[in-house]
Amino acid sequence: MHMSPLQKYFFSRVWWYLGTLLVAICLNFILPRLGPSNPVDTIMAHIKTPGLDPKIAHKMEERLRIRFNIDKPLHVQLGMYVYHTIKGFVTLDMDEAFGDSYMHNKPVWAYIGPALPWTLGLQIPTLVIGYILGNILGALAAYKRGIFDKLFYPMSLFFTSVPYFCVAIFLVYIFGISLEWFPAMNAYGESLSPSWSITYVSDVLYHYTLPFMAMFLVYVGGQAIGMRSMSIYELGTDYVKYAKMLGSSEGQIVRYVFRNAMLPQLTGLALALGMMVGGALLIEIVFSYPGVGSLFYTSIKENDYPVLQAGALIVTICVLIANFIVDILIGILDPRIRVAQEGENA
Amino acid sequence: MRQFTLLFKNPSFLISFVVFFGLVLVGLLFPIFVHGSPVDRLGCPFEAPTAHFLLGTNEEGQDMFVRLLFGLRSSLYVGLFAGTIATVLGVVIGLIGGYKGGLLDNVLTMLTNLFIVIPSLVVLILISNSLGPKGRSLEVVSIIIGATCWAWTARAVRAQAQSLKMRDHVNLAKLNGYGTTSIILMQILPYTLSYVFMAFIIQMATGILEEAAISMMGLGPYDSVTLGFILNNAQKAEALVNGDWWSFIPAAVLVTLLQYSLFVMNTSMETIFNPRLRKEE
Repeated sequence: MHMSPLQKYFFSRVWWYLGTLLVAICLNFILPRLGPSNPVDTIMAHIKTPGLDPKIAHKMEERLRIRFNIDKPLHVQLGMYVYHTIKGFVTLDMDEAFGDSYMHNKPVWAYIGPALPWTLGLQIPTLVIGYILGNILGALAAYKRGIFDKLFYPMSLFFTSVPYFCVAIFLVYIFGISLEWFPAMNAYGESLSPSWSITYVSDVLYHYTLPFMAMFLVYVGGQAIGMRSMSIYELGTDYVKYAKMLGSSEGQIVRYVFRNAMLPQLTGLALALGMMVGGALLIEIVFSYPGVGSLFYTSIKENDYPVLQAGALIVTICVLIANFIVDILIGILDPRIRVAQEGENA
Repeated sequence: MRQFTLLFKNPSFLISFVVFFGLVLVGLLFPIFVHGSPVDRLGCPFEAPTAHFLLGTNEEGQDMFVRLLFGLRSSLYVGLFAGTIATVLGVVIGLIGGYKGGLLDNVLTMLTNLFIVIPSLVVLILISNSLGPKGRSLEVVSIIIGATCWAWTARAVRAQAQSLKMRDHVNLAKLNGYGTTSIILMQILPYTLSYVFMAFIIQMATGILEEAAISMMGLGPYDSVTLGFILNNAQKAEALVNGDWWSFIPAAVLVTLLQYSLFVMNTSMETIFNPRLRKEE
């Protein structure tokens, strides 16, 4: 079969990410079982109250043991877990993929499903806007230097090193509680119920401001720092000197530099996504934002382990998808990948 | 040596160095000056700062100033411990993979990439949760943080080892019959040291950060007051909404100071150690 280098790259990435997904699913099974207690003991410890009839308790334990296949060997349990998870994903049957929450006797997806849009709604726009703006500002700082850079650089360094949740705490305290400019908690006012009405949507946007800013500042800072040093390096290279000697316009040179500095920036983004998303989940806790991060927090408090496990898998999958998209962008933009191995294929 | 004199002439390095080691000294020496228990109920809940309770009390009536000092100390301890583990793991894996190449390198690179892509916080949450509250001492928390955060370092060290192994002095050592271990230790590792030191600083920051993160989730160590634990308590007691700034702002400021000073130390070292960037200044 004849494939262009880009297609080849695309398929090799697809396989790599599918393999990673499989590892992630297995880890999701293995990691929670590293500890001394198995899930059935954990639930029983939670359910058992002094007044509970021992017979009923025993019966419940039996039922849970069957449900979790505790009596089967570990590798069989793992196989069944992987099978159900993948089958659930393929058939889009999320209840099969994630099972039930045993603390509330509801399918896990009933918790994850409503939480996921809030998290994605917070993370995707901040990531995209923060990335673009951060790169433009970073390139500008490198090109202009001077006062702009002197102010801009330490500020970006500050925002990229401060933990997300600290930025969130400062913003909540200053703008939410002291000045009362923006709501400090939740994603919408308690008196409103979700709908597409103007009052509701504008209220959601109003509540969105502070969590958005908290993540946005950190993202912009990080991207700008990277882009600035990349651009400084590119501006000193021979091709820029050559272009200057040829009398290329400033705009032309900035475009060259921007393009060349962009690639390592994308690679950096791919490497940092896992860290960034993890940190951003904590912001939700500070703001009591009803996303997956807050779901983690409550399910840890309530010891609701299937919800925690499913949340972990969902977050990992989202990060994998985001990484895959970045990898594909790199493939499209990087001429070395786009035209590499042309000779082999011919 | 010349590089170190240059380093201490760099104002941003100097300031961040003084801030960080000032905090380390405070964390080490405070018991000489401040007596008090971080866990005893000494006052009423949510007392505002007074001369007696410099930073007020929390929901349990515990002295926040004392708690903060203990928190600083344990967070620094986690940073040092987890940072060391992560750096050592990253350096060993990176050096072996980069120098040996072949199948071993492929396996290690794949492992490294897996740890980079899969969010470390998620892995930390799952492991910490499965250990149960009784299984999470400060040391155990440090170890699991170190064991999940090494991939960055491994990736960078591998790239360096890969380019270093082409150098003449390495080939010379090979011709002289030195074994793999001694070549890695004597001919490769010394050339990566300045990078490794910078990586260690970042890994310390990561250790402090990750501890604060899982503590905020409610999965921190059970046996110590850490900065993350203070934030978690404040969150649980809804101190944020009530505006009791003393129970969360000082802890958040300390975490921020630790992170910022370590970061600035790292970047200013980079401008000195990396000739490519130095030229531009």
